[in-house]
Amino acid sequence: MTLRDILNKLLRRQQSSATTAKERLQLVLAHDRSDLSPELLDQMRKEILEVVAKYVEIDLEEGAVSLETEDRMTALVANLPIKRVPSVNSTEKTK
Amino acid sequence: MAPKTRIILICSGKGGVGKTTLTANLGIALAKQGMKTAVLDADFGLRNLDLLLGLENRIVYTAQEVLEEACRLEQALVKHKQEPNLALLPAGNPRMLEWLKPDDMKRIVNLLSAQFDYVLIDCPAGVEDGFKNAVSATKEAIVITTPEVSAVRDADRVIGLLNTHGIEPVQLVLNRVRPRMIASQEMLSVDDVTDILALPLLGLVLEDEQVIVSTNRGEPLTLNKSTSPAARCYSNIARRLEGEDIPLIDPAKEGKGLGDKFRRLMQTKIF
Ligand SMILES: Nc1ncnc2c1ncn2[C@@H]1O[C@H](COP(=O)(O)OP(=O)(O)OP(=O)(O)O)[C@@H](O)[C@H]1O
Ligand SMILES: [Mg+2]
Repeated sequence: MTLRDILNKLLRRQQSSATTAKERLQLVLAHDRSDLSPELLDQMRKEILEVVAKYVEIDLEEGAVSLETEDRMTALVANLPIKRVPSVNSTEKTK
Repeated sequence: MAPKTRIILICSGKGGVGKTTLTANLGIALAKQGMKTAVLDADFGLRNLDLLLGLENRIVYTAQEVLEEACRLEQALVKHKQEPNLALLPAGNPRMLEWLKPDDMKRIVNLLSAQFDYVLIDCPAGVEDGFKNAVSATKEAIVITTPEVSAVRDADRVIGLLNTHGIEPVQLVLNRVRPRMIASQEMLSVDDVTDILALPLLGLVLEDEQVIVSTNRGEPLTLNKSTSPAARCYSNIARRLEGEDIPLIDPAKEGKGLGDKFRRLMQTKIF
């Protein structure tokens, strides 16, 4: 973040157009590079959440599965905050 | 075939970002450095390289007649009068696009490699057949882009395709850089673009009105001792290709007024 960005935030102005451009590019290239259509990504997201939900209770509102890209490597990043671990596990732990 | 010949494809994906201008200026600059250089116009649909080099009136035969064996390579090559180390192999009739195959491009480039130190291929825009034919004949590539979202996105696509074809090395040239706009963060910076595309930067070219003046005349900026910003950039790129360690022009230092200093301060990264 740059001095200008901070000033813009304080003054509730828009961020600089270069910063917006970079963010937009990083997002669109993550998709371009993975060759995954938004529909497929969405379907995958749903299935991943279903699988994870079998084992732990997750916050569906906060959960995010997204593509990120760096150095021409695209990664699927899942950020799934766990609300509660089901009792099976917790009893094991207390033993 | 001289194995040391460097065959370099100059490509971009998006049209109009400066491929032909770079090819012409680099060709002349390398020739000046004593390198026997051939520039090949692979943009058969919309050829322009002849015009930028001021050679449009001297074309007799083209790559087409060479491929049809209607003439020898030497007859088709147009030597630059002022810089005889440089020769152009002109693009043929646009209808060549209908039958040209990757093997045809390879044949032409092989013929050129036997005689030249450098073969620069001016690629057509897009990622269709014209691009694929040109890629099949090259060893290395320069991807040129401008600091605009659409050009960078298309460059990324091209880089992906070059990788799948095993082209190596692939280097980046960032064209039409405007230091003032970068300083006020209204244009992607050089670092932004190299971050996003993850390619080694061969050089940047500043936005420069003299580029237009030079194309009007058919005399690339590198031909006469121009000291205009873009001229310096182009010759730096040529020298880096030859392995010289030339520091990058710092766009931030191009602006010198108090306003520019303030803009730079505003751009300072805090976290
Ligand atoms: N550094 C620069 N400063 C100012 N103008 C420039 C610069 N580089 C290129 N241009 C201008 O941009 C236009 C497009 O350049 P050029 O023909 O080299 O692009 P191209 O990538 O070969 O296009 P095409 O995809 O149509 O083949 C020209 O009018 C040229 O003069
Ligand atoms: Mg062109």
